[in-house]
Amino acid sequence: MTEITLSINGEEVSLDKEMTILEAASKLGVEIPTLCHDPRLKPYGACRVCLVEVEGARAPLPACATNAADGMVVKTDTEEIHRLRKTVVELIISDHPLDCVTCEKCGNCALQDLAYKYDITESEFKGEKHSLEPQEDDPFIHRDLDKCILCGRCVRICDEVEHAFAIDFNYRGFKTQIGTTYGKSLKDTTCEFCGQCISTCPVGALIEKPRLDKGRLWELENTLTTCPYCGVGCTLELQTNNGEIVNVSAPLDIGVNGGNLCVKGRFGYDFVSSTERLKTPLIKKNGEFQEASWDEAIKLIAGRLSDIKKKHGPDSIAGLASAKCTNEENYIFQKFIRAAIGTNNVDHCARLCHSSTVAGLATAFGSGAMTNSISDFADSKAILIIGSNTSEAHPIIHIEILKAVRFKDAKLIVIDPREIKMSKFADISLHQRPGSDVAVLNGLMNVIIDEGLEDKNFIEERTEHFEALKKNVANYTPEKVEEISGIPADGLRSAARMYATSGASSIVYSMGITQHTTGTDNVLSTANLAMLTGNIGRPGTGVNPLRGQNNVQGACDMGSLPNVYSGYQKTDDESSRNKLEEAWNTDLPTNKGLTVVEVMNGGASGDVKGVYIMGENPMLSDPDVSHVEKALEKLEFLVVQDIFLTETAAFADVVLPSVSFAERDGTFTNTERRVQRIRKAVEPVGNAKEDWKTLCAVSMAMGYEMLYESADEILEEIASVTPSYGGITPDRLGQDGLQWPCPTSDHPGTPILHQEKFTRGLGKFHVVTYRPPAEEPDAEYPLILTTGRLLNQFHTGTMTRKTEGLDEIYPVAHVEISRFDAKKMDIKTGNFVNLETRRGKIKAKALVTDKSRKGVVFMPFHFKEAAANILTNPALDPIAKIPEFKVCALKISKAD
Amino acid sequence: MKKVLVGVGSCGMAAGAKDVIDALKKEIDENDIEIELGMTGCIGLCYREVLVDVLDDNKKTSYGNVTPAMVPKIVSEHIVEGKPIDEWIALEDGLRGAEQDFIKSQNRIVLRKCGLIDPENIEDAITLGGYEAIKKAIDEMSSDKVVEEVKASGLRGRGGAGFTTGLKWEFTRKASGEKKYIICNADEGDPGAFMDRSVLESDPHAVLEGMLIAGYAIGAEYGYIYCRAEYPLAVKRLKMGIEQAKKKGFLGDNILGSDFNFNIQIKEGAGAFVCGEETALMASIEGKRGMPRLRPPFPATSGLWGYPTCINNVETLANISWIITNGAKAYADIGTKNSKGNKVFALTGKIKRSGLAEVPMGMTLREIIYDVGGGIKDEKEYKAVQIGGPTGGCLPASLLDTPVDYDSLIEKGATLGSGGMVVLDQSTCMVDLAKYFMTFAQNESCGKCVPCRVGTKRMLELLEKITDGFATLEDLEQLEALAADVKVSSLCGLGQTAPNPILTTIRYFKEEYLAHIEERTCPANVCVNLIDVVIEQELCRQCELCIKNCPVDAITGAKKEYTERRPDDCIGCKMCISVCPWDAIFTDSPKAEGVKVKHEETIPKGML
Repeated sequence: MTEITLSINGEEVSLDKEMTILEAASKLGVEIPTLCHDPRLKPYGACRVCLVEVEGARAPLPACATNAADGMVVKTDTEEIHRLRKTVVELIISDHPLDCVTCEKCGNCALQDLAYKYDITESEFKGEKHSLEPQEDDPFIHRDLDKCILCGRCVRICDEVEHAFAIDFNYRGFKTQIGTTYGKSLKDTTCEFCGQCISTCPVGALIEKPRLDKGRLWELENTLTTCPYCGVGCTLELQTNNGEIVNVSAPLDIGVNGGNLCVKGRFGYDFVSSTERLKTPLIKKNGEFQEASWDEAIKLIAGRLSDIKKKHGPDSIAGLASAKCTNEENYIFQKFIRAAIGTNNVDHCARLCHSSTVAGLATAFGSGAMTNSISDFADSKAILIIGSNTSEAHPIIHIEILKAVRFKDAKLIVIDPREIKMSKFADISLHQRPGSDVAVLNGLMNVIIDEGLEDKNFIEERTEHFEALKKNVANYTPEKVEEISGIPADGLRSAARMYATSGASSIVYSMGITQHTTGTDNVLSTANLAMLTGNIGRPGTGVNPLRGQNNVQGACDMGSLPNVYSGYQKTDDESSRNKLEEAWNTDLPTNKGLTVVEVMNGGASGDVKGVYIMGENPMLSDPDVSHVEKALEKLEFLVVQDIFLTETAAFADVVLPSVSFAERDGTFTNTERRVQRIRKAVEPVGNAKEDWKTLCAVSMAMGYEMLYESADEILEEIASVTPSYGGITPDRLGQDGLQWPCPTSDHPGTPILHQEKFTRGLGKFHVVTYRPPAEEPDAEYPLILTTGRLLNQFHTGTMTRKTEGLDEIYPVAHVEISRFDAKKMDIKTGNFVNLETRRGKIKAKALVTDKSRKGVVFMPFHFKEAAANILTNPALDPIAKIPEFKVCALKISKAD
Repeated sequence: MKKVLVGVGSCGMAAGAKDVIDALKKEIDENDIEIELGMTGCIGLCYREVLVDVLDDNKKTSYGNVTPAMVPKIVSEHIVEGKPIDEWIALEDGLRGAEQDFIKSQNRIVLRKCGLIDPENIEDAITLGGYEAIKKAIDEMSSDKVVEEVKASGLRGRGGAGFTTGLKWEFTRKASGEKKYIICNADEGDPGAFMDRSVLESDPHAVLEGMLIAGYAIGAEYGYIYCRAEYPLAVKRLKMGIEQAKKKGFLGDNILGSDFNFNIQIKEGAGAFVCGEETALMASIEGKRGMPRLRPPFPATSGLWGYPTCINNVETLANISWIITNGAKAYADIGTKNSKGNKVFALTGKIKRSGLAEVPMGMTLREIIYDVGGGIKDEKEYKAVQIGGPTGGCLPASLLDTPVDYDSLIEKGATLGSGGMVVLDQSTCMVDLAKYFMTFAQNESCGKCVPCRVGTKRMLELLEKITDGFATLEDLEQLEALAADVKVSSLCGLGQTAPNPILTTIRYFKEEYLAHIEERTCPANVCVNLIDVVIEQELCRQCELCIKNCPVDAITGAKKEYTERRPDDCIGCKMCISVCPWDAIFTDSPKAEGVKVKHEETIPKGML
């Protein structure tokens, strides 16, 4: 746009991009009041307090919704304008309960500020006022409609930002109010309880319910930190009063989330102050846990581990690190296992979610992480989501994707076995049979090559082994793929064209791709597809695996994996090993370390004697839980560090109390490789300690020196030994963090990988052939069971299930069954059903839903009362060793 | 061959057309008469419905106010014996007869086929030239030429805002978009306006053809008719019209063998006045709550689903085929300098001939009300005409010579609106009238912007305070100031014009406001709290009719006793007055003192 100049209150301002009068005025420092404006939302112009005079206009115009134009003469400060604004505020006040003295919003209320500015204590206009009962039928959102000024921000944010459409204006005229369809409880609507409505409400009409009566705004202390739930890594502010978290908010201008949060981020903090938190070390004596001192516990652990190491060798010990802990703690953990214990037997739950991503993308591109950034979806012209229930598992990314789809005309292709929320917004929605992804992706490539839509220059210049790929995918005609996957051939063709021709297409996937015995193959296929069409290394493109845990990326980066040190430096690479031996001042092991499932197999077989677990709960998260139980029982010695006495900790010989994210400093690395700070907001409960401190103490007691003053000091060491983190030092992180690779102290970080060349040089096409899942339905087990996440719960529920409201919204495991299958078995929503696989049997409540397709049953894995992982198949991907959580054969019967 | 037609517009149906048809059928069948029984739409003489036309030997005789009881005579004397019944004739050949004055001064373009054709039979429309214009456009004119022609005609939007139709077409034609839409705004919502309904019911093809021509001109292939669901007959006839037009090849693909495709879909509104506002209307079609949004962007560039969209009102579209057939010049020759062509007015209220009249723009109020409309009912005195619906204004007797066109009315504080004229006599209280329209505006406010949602509520409360008799002069000042602020600060046309009835009544009838405030009397004896209903005992014959008809049991008394009114219960509906055969009940103004005391007791909390 060519530069334009306008005058505001006699002062000239020049603009080089399209802007509203409101934005232009703020450039000059001219303040125009607003009530219905939120920068996250489209201009609305309804409250009329931002009216300004524009020369030549018939009537005053709303500054928030009127674009500045060249030569415009604007006046914001005339007597007439102030009179009109005052009239508007008087009208609002005339229907507002003036109970500011007790209102939770007092001190941060836009209406209060305007009343103050215009010196309004009571309205000139007398008349009827609303008198409605506050809406309190859900656990999170206190809705006081008497205070509502009907600015519509909540309605619009629910639509434009959250894409949830749970509320709207009801009734007309003075009787207008915000509400749900037929006044139903929010629990019975599409409300996702993200609380975005609360975050935008300018007055006290919407308040976080848990915050009520917990202190005035000015009494609260704010600590900026990073959310402890999924891999998106939202920035949030913990608001504390007297050492207790009383609320969570998100600043509008910081972080990947820009003020938005999901239900867990905004409301899921009760677990921090749960009475069930571990407060002191516990030692099991005669089968009972007894409280112990730290000294006693550390001494016992060091002694027992040293014994086992002496007797059975270091490789009889294994450690499980944690994707919930900080980078610093993961670094210290693997250093402890490798340097102090002397084995590479260290792994963590990334094995169960994205080990196939790390393996697959590393061989194809040379780097196993999300190639592009979250903000990058805004530049996408087409987005292919395959195997990701983004709206429930990564709510803030779902917001960004749908923003691009709904408001920027990006096309959306969703390929998922279920009819998920994203399917409803898709231009093309396809449903594959679980486990048929390789065939589907090969089929897409078949169409692209067949129709000549591949990017020949890109293939020529940036990749290798294309001919082999071409030959292989030639076998996957759409008709053949239809046979394997159930996706109509024409649907596949349209999807292929849409993806290949958009100009900037992004692939988004998650565990629907990775958690298969063909997980690595699936990942390689996504890489093939992106390279084939040149959709990588540019804005809006890429292969974008969404990581599940807050710091699963970081835990991998830090080397909590058996085959690599931090920064993916291979343990079997001698120069890397020598470098770290020097840095850590000890000899390092050369064994091929064990993976998570192999550790459990080792435990069961007796090869593994001692296990040290930091913050993981394999008793719920691993496949075939009965097998895990046997392994844990058989161990000679088990140490668990956690914040709760988890299902796994119950098997431990020693349990050590750890601190939550709110009680420590450190860094998390989110799914887009952004290293972000977490900051201590409250004191640890009881005698709980940061994990790194505990590990250092055990290490010292075992005779290997690890001494650090602070988490920052550890990060310095990480930077010094990890090339991709070389420039990521405490002083540089600031509010927004840094995206690796960031090799040097002057490097700005890397939002998009593989721009000029791939990390490995040329991108490598792989020949991938379709293999069926390890277990397929048969006459005895006729259905397919697939597992996954819910929005309102998280992982094994240790955090979310201790937040009352979250548990209230989704309290029990539901088995999602298609109408078709339910009818066949005479099952209705609410019926209890028995689910049985070759591993085990559980009972759960049925939910008959259109989300599930014929023959496919879905179950969340968050609930210990109905642990889905009793049923799942531990069959492993041969390369990444990831278990096949997403497909196993199942039978269902109605329980009485 | 003789033919008998019955008027079956909503007005005819409401007056009992169905019973008349049944009676005709019976009479024809029983006497085995060879005559075709048909139906037709509304010719505008709504006050004379049920109208029955007898056509023979190129002569058309229209009987008015026909009841089933009159049918045997019409059949036996006129149809069988050929002797017209002079005293029942309303019109002869559409020109002579008792109602000739109503018809004579009209010049019909929009209504040219209404009341002549069977609206449910496309062949009738075709016989009278229907779909000739689209043929002409496709065969002889480029799209640009059609736009030019409509521009040259000077036609302005008949929905109220009066934007030049040709310009709107040009903007939409020039806008770029994958596809474009034509929307016919048939959400006629002004109280007292029913011309669109009548056109849709009586000649749906005029509108369909107008949309077709618009589609051809603009390059649109899809049309929506947004019709209020309260017009079931219009919806039914539109649906029939669309089906028949499809069969005839006027709608669908390759219309009349050309490469022009056009399809029309009906969307029924759910009864919100604000959905007549174009952006709210589009939101409603999109399945959203009907709330207006800011313009720009204008629908011409970003309308329905974000595509360029041209929205025209029913009456506007019904003009189009005439303009194409007869040429822009013929149209531009009618009317005034800036208001070309005719306008259809819906005459209601205290006027003798209530119905639809189509007259050239620029005719004076006096001519419309007295020459066409026959003057005031019951020989009462004219007081004002409320023109332009709830967004318009009230014009007093001193302005009767105002020419009716877009600009002259705005100058006087009213608007042409969609052409509703509610004629008022001395029995109307102007404050009460303003209150009525403010109640309407408040009920229909979508709630989006503060001035309209809360401002109209507060204005309504101030008006109630005045009509209840306890307002002060400061209240009147506040009312006037608030009305002015709401007018400039509201978001859409509804709020911006809602204060008009208040502002014009204060401007032209201030003394009535002052009477309510200073003297606590209602000069028109309308405002319940300011009047007494008096039963003159000397005239009362104890018939009990008033007791039986009082909806709130405010009258007591037994047979052979004088009836008595209980003032506290009376709601002032005047039902008793209208049913009293002895003229024993009438209204009176009580002493101001009494009112004040009475109303201080009942003043709602917080109002003083």
